[in-house]
Amino acid sequence: MSWVLVAPVVLPLLTTAALFLLRERLEAQRVVSTTSAALGLVAAIVLLGRVSDGGIQVVQFGNWSAPFGISFVADHLSAIMVVISGVMATAVAVYALRDLDPARERLGYHPVFHVLLAGINGAFLTGDLFNLYVWFEVLLISSFVLLTLGNRREQLEGGVKYVAVNLVSSLIFLAATGLVYGTTGTLNMADLAVKLPQADPALVVTLSMLFLVAFGIKAAVFPLFFWLPASYHTPPVAVSAIFAGMLTKVGVYALIRAFTLLFVGDVALTHTILLWVAGLTMLTGVLGAAAQSEFRKILSFHIISQIGYMILGLALYTPLGLLGSVFYLVHHIVVKGNLFLVAGLARATGGSFELAKLGGLYRHRPLLAVLFVVPAFSLAGFPPLSGFWAKLVVVRAGLEAREWGFVAVALVVGLLTIYSMTKIWQAAFWTPAPEGTTLRDDVPRLLYAPVIALALLTLVIGFWSGPFVALAQAAATELLNPAAYVGAVLGPEAAAQLGGTP
Amino acid sequence: MNSVILRSATNLLIAVLLLFSVFLMLRGHDLPGGGFIGGLLAASAVALYAIANGHRAAVRLLRVPPQALIAWGLALGVGAGFFALLQGDPYLTGQWLIFAFAGVEWKLSSPLVFDVGVYLVVVGVVLTMVFALEER
Repeated sequence: MSWVLVAPVVLPLLTTAALFLLRERLEAQRVVSTTSAALGLVAAIVLLGRVSDGGIQVVQFGNWSAPFGISFVADHLSAIMVVISGVMATAVAVYALRDLDPARERLGYHPVFHVLLAGINGAFLTGDLFNLYVWFEVLLISSFVLLTLGNRREQLEGGVKYVAVNLVSSLIFLAATGLVYGTTGTLNMADLAVKLPQADPALVVTLSMLFLVAFGIKAAVFPLFFWLPASYHTPPVAVSAIFAGMLTKVGVYALIRAFTLLFVGDVALTHTILLWVAGLTMLTGVLGAAAQSEFRKILSFHIISQIGYMILGLALYTPLGLLGSVFYLVHHIVVKGNLFLVAGLARATGGSFELAKLGGLYRHRPLLAVLFVVPAFSLAGFPPLSGFWAKLVVVRAGLEAREWGFVAVALVVGLLTIYSMTKIWQAAFWTPAPEGTTLRDDVPRLLYAPVIALALLTLVIGFWSGPFVALAQAAATELLNPAAYVGAVLGPEAAAQLGGTP
Repeated sequence: MNSVILRSATNLLIAVLLLFSVFLMLRGHDLPGGGFIGGLLAASAVALYAIANGHRAAVRLLRVPPQALIAWGLALGVGAGFFALLQGDPYLTGQWLIFAFAGVEWKLSSPLVFDVGVYLVVVGVVLTMVFALEER
């Protein structure tokens, strides 16, 4: 049955329709929105189970056979990403129940949130390059609405930068897609994997660089990241947490897909460029964070530096490197989304996102301090939290590939991450609250629920990393063997053309 | 805009425009046309009405809020794919019901439902924007 493959997209879209009809009844909207997010998570887990048991799952929309119709393809990477997006969606949907003001809810937060989810999941599952562009647009437009919902001045300011830069990225993406079609006569990714090696190599490298820029802007890599810290700290926490967790990672996913399935003809050139991009992204991100003094701005810069690690794993292009990338993606989404939620709790308690105006949270709310420490130290890579294993795998892959310089950068960036996290700890939790601020006691308990759940998940990934590593390993194996993907979509003959085992 | 000529012309035109928009949508299955262009035409017909008779009159003419059209359109469009699942085909596969009635051969299909969905979404989205601007 193909329903599990389309459910992650169809469910949010149907939910959007229901939420539009319930637009005057906020209480009903909250119930529907949360239920649907949880159902989406269940469907995603079922999908991951199918992929684990039965290999790569494929649906040809409308029964138009590939490469003529649109294919949805779920390999391990796609399924893992859909599951993790389900986890974040559920956590954020619960958090939004108490975080958002009714004015924003009335303006349509809930329906647009589910359009965003449909866009994210669609991007993860599609096996068609132009269809990927469409899902990118769906999530871009809905994220623009979410970013500016409420019309505050700094929101609009951040929103304009965000949209302007992302539209440029979309334009490059679209142009590159057109050129790919002109070169090969197909847009189905599996078909492209077969046909691109037959095209003029110089042209293919040029195309790959266009996609690197287009996806690189979405993923916020060096030097294309400046829109991210300009916008992510402006919207409500329930919006910025899902942005921080998922949106740039859609870009990272697209990069991984493009540079393992499509553009592997000249690895020595393209992946060396990726390697430098990764190193500089790590470094600039972490240095940018050191200069910040606002809770969410520090976290925003750390998104950038962490994306460097994921790209590093991809750039090494070894089984261990890709395993590291995938594991890092999962760990990072959980941890970073959670840190934004913690920032929201810190503000609800202490009244500000500015570190200078925060203080005394440890004494006032020890639980909140613990909930900050778990994801923060995981982000910095303390053993035995999830971030330690993620960094360990990437660093080991780097050592095996003898990229000493980039390994050194990765280790230094890890140390600097600790510096940033201790800065937040010092200012917001340890030092006494500044004169004249009162710490509040009336923070809704429900806000803690998703934060606790995500912190527990971080611990689980850290202490029982075995199954997670096994899944990442399966994803990495598939990524390095494009013939399996091609075989699942186009049949064994096409896979044989690639010379691999289907 | 207060113009007798525009108002009289609009009141005559709107029926023709709406009818033509439905014609365009139905024609779309085999020939140029379809739910998107039909929906655009229907939305411009209502927008014309709003310019001639005022925003309030157009809202009354529509009877339901444009957001409800988006919702129903989305539900129809996404829901049209489920007919295929009932048959065990992949999502969105076209399903056809062909029968003779009153001496004519009728062809009902899930792509038609999908097109009606697109039509409604386009009308809803465009009118949401038009009404938001008209209110200013």
